[in-house]
Amino acid sequence: MIEVRGVHKSFGKLEVLKGIDCHIAPREVVCVIGPSGSGKSTLLRCINGLEQVNKGQIFIEGVEVTSSKVDINAVRQKVGMVFQLFNLFPHKTTLENITLAPIKIKGIPREEAETIAIELLRKVGLPDKDHVYPAQLSGGQKQRVAIARALAMQPRIMLFDEPTSSLDPEMVGEVLAVMKDLAHEGMTMVVVTHEMGFAREVGHRVLFMDEGIIEEDAPPAQLFDHPQQARTRQFLSKVL
Amino acid sequence: MSIHGLAVVANNFHLFLIGTLITLEITALSVGMGMILGLLIALMKMSRVKFISIIGVAYIDFFRGTPLLVQLMLFHFGILPLFFDTGPFVSAVITCGLNSAGYIAEIVRAGIQAVDKGQMEAARSLGMTHTQAMKFVVLPQAYKIVIPPLINEFIMLLKDTSLVSVISVAELTFRGKLLYSTTYEPVWVWGTVCLLYYVVTKSISMLGDWAERRLATE
Ligand SMILES: Nc1ncnc2c1ncn2[C@@H]1O[C@H](COP(=O)(O)OP(=O)(O)OP(=O)(O)O)[C@@H](O)[C@H]1O
Ligand SMILES: [Mg+2]
Repeated sequence: MIEVRGVHKSFGKLEVLKGIDCHIAPREVVCVIGPSGSGKSTLLRCINGLEQVNKGQIFIEGVEVTSSKVDINAVRQKVGMVFQLFNLFPHKTTLENITLAPIKIKGIPREEAETIAIELLRKVGLPDKDHVYPAQLSGGQKQRVAIARALAMQPRIMLFDEPTSSLDPEMVGEVLAVMKDLAHEGMTMVVVTHEMGFAREVGHRVLFMDEGIIEEDAPPAQLFDHPQQARTRQFLSKVL
Repeated sequence: MSIHGLAVVANNFHLFLIGTLITLEITALSVGMGMILGLLIALMKMSRVKFISIIGVAYIDFFRGTPLLVQLMLFHFGILPLFFDTGPFVSAVITCGLNSAGYIAEIVRAGIQAVDKGQMEAARSLGMTHTQAMKFVVLPQAYKIVIPPLINEFIMLLKDTSLVSVISVAELTFRGKLLYSTTYEPVWVWGTVCLLYYVVTKSISMLGDWAERRLATE
């Protein structure tokens, strides 16, 4: 489903990704952990073309995202992304946030898009918040709307970049619950997170990244309980 | 100061008012033109295509880096006659419009850049093209940021249109010059001209404050 081959990425002189290889199968939930600055966000952003790689290739369902000829907008319609700071459109209601892309990009009729949006709001537990502006929502509610917005494009893959890191602790659970439901429905997910409990419980695989490489790639039980690499052990001893 | 002066102003007040209207007309048309062209120039300057962005930069540099008075004479006597026969009014609108586009482009660019980068990224991540993201997400947020400096530019331009009197457009300042040269009542004539400019600019800035408050509570 996602194939990353020998990806290198630099910002100026700083090499952030130093040769990343990984394969993510359909319906798989892969959690990415690692210290700050290790390149986790950059990897996610390369996958949907928000950053351009310097070397290597990334394929999504056989389409080379890193090719200069790719229709990146078509690829992104299949890959939803959820950001740490939500990035909801503040000038639009939650309903409009969710329906904007389906209406403008896919040309879905407004009524149909709104029916889908209301269904999605119900799914993320906010059935009565359709005509509210983002400023009137709590952080946890914003993030759930952001997830609904991404799902409205009916993506095949969802990328999450620390979706709960900017939330107050009491709101983390509600967002993780929505993500867990999504995982159980069989969505292919890549989740950058500091929530080790979520990675262990929901993740099929955990990637530990450090200084631009994937140090360790293993099922959660193995990675958390029997880490093979010294760097992984060192990192886990600090966060667990 | 004299009864004579007061009579001059009273007897010619309709001429002052017509002049004020022409001033407003030139300003409104120029700002309208400046907004459309300014948005375009701003987008050009921000373009990733080097050639296009250089044109945007050069445009802004030229119109902000040279005096409007000189631009007026260059365009009215020099450049515009090469293409078509323009009267002074049309020359004035075109030149002021081109000039204000340079200033408005910078205002618009600052407004667009003040919108959080995450907005563009979120829109793009949904599959929107750059143009769609600009149109539906970034610009609707930028316009609120842009309104106060735009009102300011409106006022600056209104005052600067006094320069078009050099190409004999019969706006407020030109009427003042005519009347002064026949009556020699500087205080009454120029005082009235000043007052009329002030009334108009004050009205615009009050309108701007009102619009800003409306948008803030929206
Ligand atoms: N647009 C950019 N320009 C320059 N440097 C960047 C840019 N984006 C990221 N970096 C740098 O690349 C490195 C890796 O960043 P990245 O955001 O991928 O790390 P991360 O693993 O997501 O960290 P965190 O846990 O803090 O989010 C950092 O040193 C960061 O400063
Ligand atoms: Mg990050």
